[in-house]
Amino acid sequence: MSFSVTEASSRQKWFAGILVVGYALITMLPLVWIIATGFKSSPDAIAYPPKIVFEPTVEGYVNLFTTQTRLSSEAAATPDQDLPWYESLVREKGMTIVGPSRFSERFFNSVIIGFGSTFFAIVLGTAAAYAFSRFKVPLKDDLLFFILSTRMMPPIAVAIPIFLMFRYLGLNDTHAGMILLYTAVNLSLSVWLINGFIDEIPVEYEEAALIDGYTRFQAFYKVVLPQAATGIASTAIFCLIFAWNEYAFAVLLTSGTAQTAPPFIPTIIGVGGQDWPAVAAGATLFLLPVMVFTILLRKHLLRGITFGAVRK
Amino acid sequence: MAEVVLENVTKSFGDTVALDRVSMTIEDGSFVVLLGPTGAGKTTALRMVSGLDTPDSGDVLIGGRSMKGLMPAQRNVAMVFQQYSLYPHLTVRQNLEFPLKSPLLNTLQADIDRKINSVSEILQIKQKLDNKTTALSGGEMQRVAIGRALVRDPSIYLMDEPLSSLDAKLRADLRIELKSIQANSGATLLYVTHDQIEAMTMATHVGVLDNGRLVQFGSPREIYEDPVSIYAASRLGQPRINILPADVFEGSPAGAKLIGLRPEQIAQGEGEESFVTRVEHLGDQTRLHLSFKNHDLITVTDAHTELKSGDIVKIKPDKPFYFDASGDRFSGREK
Repeated sequence: MSFSVTEASSRQKWFAGILVVGYALITMLPLVWIIATGFKSSPDAIAYPPKIVFEPTVEGYVNLFTTQTRLSSEAAATPDQDLPWYESLVREKGMTIVGPSRFSERFFNSVIIGFGSTFFAIVLGTAAAYAFSRFKVPLKDDLLFFILSTRMMPPIAVAIPIFLMFRYLGLNDTHAGMILLYTAVNLSLSVWLINGFIDEIPVEYEEAALIDGYTRFQAFYKVVLPQAATGIASTAIFCLIFAWNEYAFAVLLTSGTAQTAPPFIPTIIGVGGQDWPAVAAGATLFLLPVMVFTILLRKHLLRGITFGAVRK
Repeated sequence: MAEVVLENVTKSFGDTVALDRVSMTIEDGSFVVLLGPTGAGKTTALRMVSGLDTPDSGDVLIGGRSMKGLMPAQRNVAMVFQQYSLYPHLTVRQNLEFPLKSPLLNTLQADIDRKINSVSEILQIKQKLDNKTTALSGGEMQRVAIGRALVRDPSIYLMDEPLSSLDAKLRADLRIELKSIQANSGATLLYVTHDQIEAMTMATHVGVLDNGRLVQFGSPREIYEDPVSIYAASRLGQPRINILPADVFEGSPAGAKLIGLRPEQIAQGEGEESFVTRVEHLGDQTRLHLSFKNHDLITVTDAHTELKSGDIVKIKPDKPFYFDASGDRFSGREK
C-alpha cells in the first residue's frame, strides 16, 4: 500500500535507486576490504597501491587457526609426500604447524558470553518491561529513570570498581562473570525498548484472553509475547551486537579462560611480521554470527523499527 | 447458564464513582439491557460481572456463588468487547478456537470444528475463516468478536455494544439472530447498547443507569410506559420525549412542574393551536416539528400528511407524564 500522494516518476525512482546503492557501497566497502584481505597473501595485503585483483589464498585462515614454528633444516631437507594441504602451504614459507591456535576457543567464548548475556537480558528485560507496562509499580517513572541512568556514562567509567568487585567475588576471567556484566549493561536497553513495545499492545487483548479462560501468565505467553515478538527480536539484535563487540571490559576482565574474540584478534598480529591476512580472516569469521543472527531476524527487525508507524 | 446477582456493587476510579450501590438480579435465561449515556457505568457493570475489575464493595454472585477473588477464567463468562479485541496475530478460525482451546474448556477438536462451523454460518463469516483478523472490515471484526463468545456455553454472555459498527441490514439480521439464539438456548445475557430498537426488541429487562446508579429496572414496556423520571423516560422513544413546563397546558395537577409528552401522548386536531415549523418525511412516518407557546415540540403524524411548515395544528396532551422540579415522576408512583 502506498501512502504517497503521487506515484514517483521513473526519473525519481532512478535517482533514489542510485542514492541507495551508492550509500550501500560506501558502507560496505570496509567489509569488502576486510573479507578480501583475509584471502590475500601477506605481501599482497600490504602492497601499495592496494591490489584489487589478487591471487586468493587461504594462508591467512591457516595462520589464524594454527600456531607455527620455523621449520628445522633437517625436516625441510626430508620432504614428506603425505603432508596435508595446510602443512604444505605453511612449509612454503619455511614454517611448520605445531598445534591449533586458541582462536576457536576464543570464538566459542564469544558465542557463549554474547548469546548467553543476550538471552538473560531479553528474558529479564521482557519480564521487567511487562511489569512496568501492566502493573501499578510504585515509583515507576523514577525506577525507569534509574534503570536508564546506568547508560548515562560510558560503562568503562566504572571499570575499576567492577574490576575490584569481580576480583573479590572471584568472577575475574569467568564466563559467568562476563555474562553477568553484559546482561547488566544491556538490561537498561532491553527494559526500555521492550517496555515501549508492550505499551503499544492494547491491554484489551489480555482481558479478552482472561475472559476466554486463560490465566494471566498464559495470556502473556499466548497473546502479548507473539505481538511483542518483533520488538523483542530487534532488541535482541542490539543486545547481541553490544555484547559481541565489547572490547574494553573484555581486555580488562578476561585473559586465560574466558577471553572473548575482540581482545584476542589483535594478538594474532604476531611478534615477528605483521600478519594482516590472519587478522582479517579472524575479523571476517567474527562478523559472521551477528550477520547470520541479524539476517534470521531481519523481517522482525524492519517491522520492529517501524512498529509505531504501522500499528493501528 | 445461571442467575447473576449484583449486590450493592460500588466502584470508583479515583474521584469518579462509576457504580454506586447497584443491586440487580439477572434471572437465568433473561436478556438484560443496560441503558444510559457514555459514562453512566454500563461497561463498568459488565467488567464487574466478568471479573476484569472487582467491586470496591458489594458482591457479584453467579449461580448463587460469590465471585470474590475469582479470576475471569474461573467465572466462566463470555464477553464481547466494544473494541472487538480480536487477537491480531491469529486467523479468524484461531480466534474462534481460542476460548475452546483454553485450559478451562479444553474442547475436543471435532467439537471445536462443529461449533465454529455453526457459528460462522450464523454470522456469515465462513469464507473469512482463514483470513488474518487485521484484514477484516469493521463489521466482520465485530461478527468474529460475537462469534468468539457464541462458540462457548458460559454462565452469562456479556456484550458491550456488539452491533454498533454493523450496517443497518446486518444489524437487523443479527439482532433477530441473537434474540433467537437466546430464546432457543435459554442463554443469559447482559447487554449494553445505545440503540432503542435493540433494547425494545431483545430485552426481557432493561436497567437504566444514571451516573453509576441504577434508577429503574423493569421490562422494556415498563420503562417506556411508566418511567420513574425524565432521565429514564429520555432513554427510550424515537423521537425523544418532549419536556415542557407543566403550566403551558391546562389541566396539569397542582405541584407538577414539568410535563412529558411522547409523540403518541400528543393528540392532534383538538385543543390549542401550534405552528408547524418543519416537516420530515421518513417514509414510514412523518415527524412534525411544532412551535407551541414558544416551546419546541417534536411529534409524529401520518406518513402521507399534507401538512407543511407554517400550518397550524391543534394539539392536546393525552395521558401525559408529570414530573416535579427535580425531574422525578410527579404522580402515580409516589406521594
